[in-house]
Amino acid sequence: MNQPIGTVLLELDPVPHAGAANGAALREPAPPAIEVEELTVHYGAQPAVREVSLQIPARQVTAFIGPSGCGKTTLLRCFNRMNDLVAGARVQGTIRIEGHDIYAPDVDVTALRRRVGMVFQRSNPFPMSIFDNVAYGPRLVGERDRRRLADIVETSLRAAALWDEVKDRLRDNALRLSGGQQQRLCIARALAVEPSILLMDEPCSALDPISTARIEELILQLKERYTVVIVTHNMQQAARIADNTAFLLSGRLVEFDRTSIIFEHPRHPETRDYITGRFG
Amino acid sequence: MNGAATETTRGPGPQAVLPQHGAQELGFPLPVTSASRAAVARRRREGALQVWMTATAVAASLLMVAGLLLLVLVNGLGYFWPRDVARLELVDGQVIIGEIVGREPIPDMGATLTGATASASGPRYRIQLKTGNRDVYGLDYRWVDEDAIAALGYPEDITVFERRAWGNLYGVVLEENADGYEVQLADGRTRWLRAQDVVDSWRPNAMTTGQKLVAYAVNVWEFLTGEPRESNTEGGIFPALFGTVLMVFLMTLAAVPLGVLAALYLREYAGQGPLVSLVRVAVNNLAGVPSIVYGVFGLGFFVYGVGGTLDRLLFSDQLPTPTFGTGGILWASLTMALLTVPVVIVATEEGLAAVPGSLREASLALGATRWETVRHVILPRVLPAVITGAILAIARAAGEVAPLMLTGVVKVAPALAIDGTAPFVHLYRKFMHLGFHIYDAGFQSPNVEAARPMVFATTLVLLALITGLNLVAVVLRHRLRERYQSPSV
Ligand SMILES: Nc1ncnc2c1ncn2[C@@H]1O[C@H](COP(=O)(O)OP(=O)(O)OP(=O)(O)O)[C@@H](O)[C@H]1O
Ligand SMILES: [Mg+2]
Repeated sequence: MNQPIGTVLLELDPVPHAGAANGAALREPAPPAIEVEELTVHYGAQPAVREVSLQIPARQVTAFIGPSGCGKTTLLRCFNRMNDLVAGARVQGTIRIEGHDIYAPDVDVTALRRRVGMVFQRSNPFPMSIFDNVAYGPRLVGERDRRRLADIVETSLRAAALWDEVKDRLRDNALRLSGGQQQRLCIARALAVEPSILLMDEPCSALDPISTARIEELILQLKERYTVVIVTHNMQQAARIADNTAFLLSGRLVEFDRTSIIFEHPRHPETRDYITGRFG
Repeated sequence: MNGAATETTRGPGPQAVLPQHGAQELGFPLPVTSASRAAVARRRREGALQVWMTATAVAASLLMVAGLLLLVLVNGLGYFWPRDVARLELVDGQVIIGEIVGREPIPDMGATLTGATASASGPRYRIQLKTGNRDVYGLDYRWVDEDAIAALGYPEDITVFERRAWGNLYGVVLEENADGYEVQLADGRTRWLRAQDVVDSWRPNAMTTGQKLVAYAVNVWEFLTGEPRESNTEGGIFPALFGTVLMVFLMTLAAVPLGVLAALYLREYAGQGPLVSLVRVAVNNLAGVPSIVYGVFGLGFFVYGVGGTLDRLLFSDQLPTPTFGTGGILWASLTMALLTVPVVIVATEEGLAAVPGSLREASLALGATRWETVRHVILPRVLPAVITGAILAIARAAGEVAPLMLTGVVKVAPALAIDGTAPFVHLYRKFMHLGFHIYDAGFQSPNVEAARPMVFATTLVLLALITGLNLVAVVLRHRLRERYQSPSV
């Protein structure tokens, strides 16, 4: 466990310009970060996601939209196997992340979750100091060096556009932050683990327009290094930041395409109705 | 505060009407202030009867508890005060020396039997004197009718001797040297007291209040740190105090980790099925099993089972003299831990249920294992609940006596469980306990009258100990709560 964090970071480092394989990726379309095949999720007897198949491209922003209760969160939580924790949840079908079947029996779920970070619908900072919140992930993998931890915390907080607001009060309890700051703290906490995929479940649902704008800006920056999957109820937001958009309805994937196509020339009438606000 | 709220929410309309009725019914003289109007209106709505009933219940409970505490406090604290010693001359010429400890009306047998009313002179009183000198008179106490007293005084030369045997001796010192004292007793006889038989001596009538206060403090200290004498009716209670604290400590050491781990399993690891619910119900009911049952179990399982086996394996050379195969402080503590572990489990489980699931998810989503999540996120949050459980467990264990009587408590323990001889900790040893000490001194000693102040003082110490332990735990819990739980959000 005394292994320097640098090695760990290198293994996980998803920076595009770091290797030759990524150079190739610039020319050809990159392999999808997440491949979903025939995914069905039941809560008890009730299906929440039905036969969904889609491929989420790497280092792009993909948005899930759809009316409340249509299964967006459920689908998202399959990607880091958070549904394992729900008693009675049953997942069928295949999900491959970077080519590996994540529901295979030999998968190390903790390693998977370090690779696939998640920001929850409701911000959930730990009742600890701001610093300890961000340092939580790195400490789990054995980082103890104060200076390196401080570096990671600063980098992550800067990436989450929170550093300037909290740099003088890192020892304060995180619960004293405002709602928007807490949400950005949760983003920073997820980034500190250096994932390659970031799942965000309505990260702006509780935020004012200014904080929302900051987080959107942040997401656009993040996509240079991370694959971002975001759930949102805000059509404009999806249109502004997403490269691809998936529309779900009653657990089914209705349409998945480039955002511009979804918003300008949707193929399905349900999609058009939803986007133009005629239902949902 | 409620009144003000009522006023603002009800508005002026009903205000003007409602309170008037209330005021008239309850017979308030007019004019009535608006605050009391609101209060009356509130009382009407709540129903006076229910308010009275509930308030009376509270008052009754408080009164009973306060009465008990007062009784223990007065009697317990009075024990250490160097009381003045009176010298009585009776009408028949007899002289008595002793501390006046009580006064009561003489039950008028004749009047009760004939049904006549009390005589015009009113009830007659008698006083109780602690005359000591048990070796001479046979008894420590005697009653004297007030009518029979010719003169009463407090001569300064009366000395009280606290002796190693036979209780106190009261008298006037005639001669004193390094070997002992020549003492004249109340009836004029003289006795020779050897110095080594005397624990302490003082002349209360000649002492100023300041001196008495100092003596008081010294007495308290000697009580807490001294060894018992005269089959526990005299001297100090240190071994019992030590035994109680050590037993509670060992009990906590065993019960808290066990209870916390069990609660963690039930809440964090086990699937929430009917089996787990059954276990939970069983655990809750275990807390209600009579303690003597635990005592019997402890005797059978720990003492004879585990202890007997240990003896056969490790101490076979000393058999048939048992080492662990007989009651001892370790077995008593473990039995007590068994008795209190349900309390810890229930309290911890409640704490765990109150930890929001979103925190678990946050931790797991960062790649933490379940145990890491428990260790870093959940345990700090439930620590206050754990301590609440520990408080309840300690309060119960410190006061429980029945199981101990089967598993290792004794009237007089020859040695403490921790002492200067290697290996310093002797957990197989028998021990003394404050609760058992109260029972033994108060109800098993040959001289119950003499032991009574001792019983009160010991009770006071036991209560103070439990209160103190609880206080420590409450402060600790408060601190932790402030540290780990949401600041004012
Ligand atoms: N833990 C659970 N147990 C049982 N049913 C659940 C659970 N979580 C979600 N569901 C059900 O699954 C369906 C999909 O829920 P999900 O949370 O994925 O919807 P969503 O699209 O994220 O909705 P929203 O936009 O309101 O967040 C809903 O009908 C919901 O009631
Ligand atoms: Mg949702």
